[in-house]
Amino acid sequence: MPATELKTPSLAEAARLMTVCNACRYCEGLCAVFPAMEMRRTFTGGDLNYLASLCHACGACYLDCQFSPPHEFNVNVPRVLAQVRGESYAACAWPRVLSGLFAHNGLATAVIAALSVAAFIVGFVAWHDPSALLAAHVGPGAFYRLMPHNAMVAVFGAVFLYGVVASLMGMRAFWRDIGAPAGTLTEPASLWQAVKDAATLRYLDGGGAGCYSADDKPTDQPRRYHHFTFYGFVLCFASTCVATVYHYVLGRAAPYPWYDLPVVIGTLGGIGLVVGPLGLLAAKVRRDPVLADPSSFSMDVAFLVMLFLTGLTGLALLVLRETAGMGLLLALHLGVVLALFLTLPYGKFVHGLYRLLALVRYAREKRALAGGTASD
Amino acid sequence: MTLDRARAVDGLRVVDHPRRYDVVVAGGGNAALCAAIAARRAGASVLVLEAADKFYRGGNTRHTRNMRCAHDSATETLTGPYTEDEFWDDLKRVTGGKTDEKLARHMISESKDVLTWIEEQGVRFQPSLGGTLSLGRTNSFFLGGGRAMLNALYRTAERLGVTVCYEAEVVGLDITDGMFLSAVFASGSGLARVRASALVAASGGFESNFDWLKQAWGDIADNFLIRGTANNRGTVLKMLLDAGVQQIGDPTECHAVAIDARAPKYDGGIITRLDCVVFGIVVNKHGARFYDEGEDIWPKRYAIWGRLVAQQPDQIAYIVFDAAMLNMFMPSCYPPIVAGSIGELAQRLGLDPAVLAKTVASFNAAVRPGTFDHTTLDDCRTEGIDPPKTHWARRIEEAPFYAYPVRPGITFTYLGTRVNREARMIMADGRPSANMFAAGEIMAGNVLGQGYAAGVGMTVGSVFGRIAGREAARHARN
Ligand SMILES: Cc1cc2nc3c(=O)[nH]c(=O)nc-3n(C[C@H](O)[C@H](O)[C@H](O)COP(=O)(O)OP(=O)(O)OC[C@H]3O[C@@H](n4cnc5c(N)ncnc54)[C@H](O)[C@@H]3O)c2cc1C
Ligand code: SF4
Ligand code: SF4
Repeated sequence: MPATELKTPSLAEAARLMTVCNACRYCEGLCAVFPAMEMRRTFTGGDLNYLASLCHACGACYLDCQFSPPHEFNVNVPRVLAQVRGESYAACAWPRVLSGLFAHNGLATAVIAALSVAAFIVGFVAWHDPSALLAAHVGPGAFYRLMPHNAMVAVFGAVFLYGVVASLMGMRAFWRDIGAPAGTLTEPASLWQAVKDAATLRYLDGGGAGCYSADDKPTDQPRRYHHFTFYGFVLCFASTCVATVYHYVLGRAAPYPWYDLPVVIGTLGGIGLVVGPLGLLAAKVRRDPVLADPSSFSMDVAFLVMLFLTGLTGLALLVLRETAGMGLLLALHLGVVLALFLTLPYGKFVHGLYRLLALVRYAREKRALAGGTASD
Repeated sequence: MTLDRARAVDGLRVVDHPRRYDVVVAGGGNAALCAAIAARRAGASVLVLEAADKFYRGGNTRHTRNMRCAHDSATETLTGPYTEDEFWDDLKRVTGGKTDEKLARHMISESKDVLTWIEEQGVRFQPSLGGTLSLGRTNSFFLGGGRAMLNALYRTAERLGVTVCYEAEVVGLDITDGMFLSAVFASGSGLARVRASALVAASGGFESNFDWLKQAWGDIADNFLIRGTANNRGTVLKMLLDAGVQQIGDPTECHAVAIDARAPKYDGGIITRLDCVVFGIVVNKHGARFYDEGEDIWPKRYAIWGRLVAQQPDQIAYIVFDAAMLNMFMPSCYPPIVAGSIGELAQRLGLDPAVLAKTVASFNAAVRPGTFDHTTLDDCRTEGIDPPKTHWARRIEEAPFYAYPVRPGITFTYLGTRVNREARMIMADGRPSANMFAAGEIMAGNVLGQGYAAGVGMTVGSVFGRIAGREAARHARN
């Protein structure tokens, strides 16, 4: 593929690198990117977006590469694939007019978060008198004295639905862009393999040695903190679902006692969302800047900060829910969660969706591995 | 005191290094690190002097992919057993018997243990994937390649307390009567002298030293490309030979392959190799064919084309093939030169269009029908032309037409220091040196008189490196 047909400099550079790597193939045992690359001789923009989403940015191929800078071949796969990923997230955004949110993600997220927290405070005050915000409420239904349950469900339900639709549209755009056959998505074997690979972060370990974050000594920490984050998120979500069932099916209103299911899994999830993002943020700051794409830094950090705040405000609410601070904390927590969901389709969150799709396609392709190479 | 004359810097003050070591290792590749780790594990204090900076540390080892070790059964990463006898048969065949049998057999027998030892030093292997399956039984592939392997060895060495100095080229050796006393090395903007009880020379061959190559090959060497490091200039090797160590091997013996002529002078590595002569014809700068392109399958054909191209005018040749063959082989990192007709292709290559068209036409006319199969010695051959193409001969007729320019690419040289089974250098008079050991390329000629089998370069380094480190430590601590 002549570089001119590739739309951006990052894609052209990625095509150059993949051509170099394809003549080398020393990294083929490290992750899914290289075997997938080996199945191609030329690289379209869609191919490169697919390969970029297979990359977990573990850094191994950079430290293992005999041609990384200062070598004149200047091979830096993690960084260039990160740039390509960033561009492909924006290109797949739905609706298209919002794709600019990726470029200014940190700022956008901060503004949206501030506005939604403010909206809850104003809402609570407008709904009741200001004293309700600062008074202590106890017993079942305490939260709903500040905001009726139905209103909460309506607001969050709508935002959640929007997020689902926008994400699905993005996934559709990504799947079309990478040019994968539609039939792959209905193959149980490929789906199951992809879910397993994604759930275990199989390719974040540099082929077994670990992930390179701070220096040239691999560790398994990024993977551990990613697990905290992801499963923390899943548990918090599960807690909300259980609470919804409690409310509508069992007719039991929140807050629930500390030993009750929604609180237990919500607490565990909250801890995950505090510990995980903190660990990942620390790794991000320590990471050798040569490996990272500077233009996605704000997006990565914004998402981690929002997850962290979600966990932190949730836990704070649990601890202080019987005090006069509850009203403000509730506004804070709901505001953060709302902003998190509003920004999900326009930030780092989508990496999980596209990576999963890329892994589905890879699971399919893997069965057809072939190629030829010489060796000294 | 022997000083490398070309690099000796008059008037530079030589500072004495504050510490005396048990073992000094010259070099920083596989052989050097295996020696350093083995010596350290045997209780010696070890200083590694590496000419390169941290990024380029480990010379040619950075560019490797696998090593060949004997093993009695399949493992997680090796598909089947590879006995010592089979290894020996392979080595005898590729070298045409030009090897020291006792030493080679000793290396092969030690290689078994080295396979696990090297993993204990943190090196990871992977199963061979893709198209290297033909080596999947005999060769162990480094996960992430040679630089990953080297990074693991450096981490282990440093953890064990080996001292490593970068940009510390050894430029002087004080050797008296076969006894090493001290080494002088580049240190900051000056020179430093370090004393040690034993020396391990693991500083590679002399492939990056064009003056030396030209002494052996004549001026044609100017057109050679060096596939690996620019740092293996044979500085230490030369000083050792000058100090009375016995030389082994012929200066023109080396591993050389045809690589993309657009590769940089040094360090282009694996991605510049081209293994596609069988898919077309090879012409020189006069547009004429000069050798049977279908003589043999990989790896034999791979290893002869470097020398063949070296014998052609200006040391350049062009592999010409057509669209039907484009996707049959691994490309180099450079795109092939392409044109709609043979004449136009000749123009792009700077060849005479009429001559190239004639060469292709007479080749095409000589091709006999057959069933093409590039994985076996098939029955597609020519008749009535000289040189013939005895296998895989297919007409070059489907536009567009392609060409790769190729030049000789030197992998590493074989001339070195003679050693015994303790990796101890042998002096010209046949006596073993008291405290000097050698490992890797610098002594590869002991087992590789000529020819090559994939993965043996690293075996020589790991096996003799480990032995050298152990013996040097034993000497130092006695
Ligand atoms: C592209 C390529 C691919 C290869 N692939 C394979 C493969 O897959 N398998 C295989 O077995 N072999 C392979 N080889 C051959 C292999 O690289 C060598 O046989 C092996 O690395 C030699 O190890 P060594 O430690 O002796 O030398 P090197 O690894 O070259 O190390 C020599 C070191 O000495 C240093 N040095 C040189 N002079 C001085 C001095 N005066 N003072 C201090 N330090 C000095 C250099 O900087 C260098 O670090 C390949 C070679 C190339 C070029
Ligand atoms: S990253 Fe470097 S070592 Fe790895 S496959 Fe690419 S060129 Fe080869
Ligand atoms: S996942 Fe790791 S090894 Fe694979 S391409 Fe990305 S950074 Fe390189």
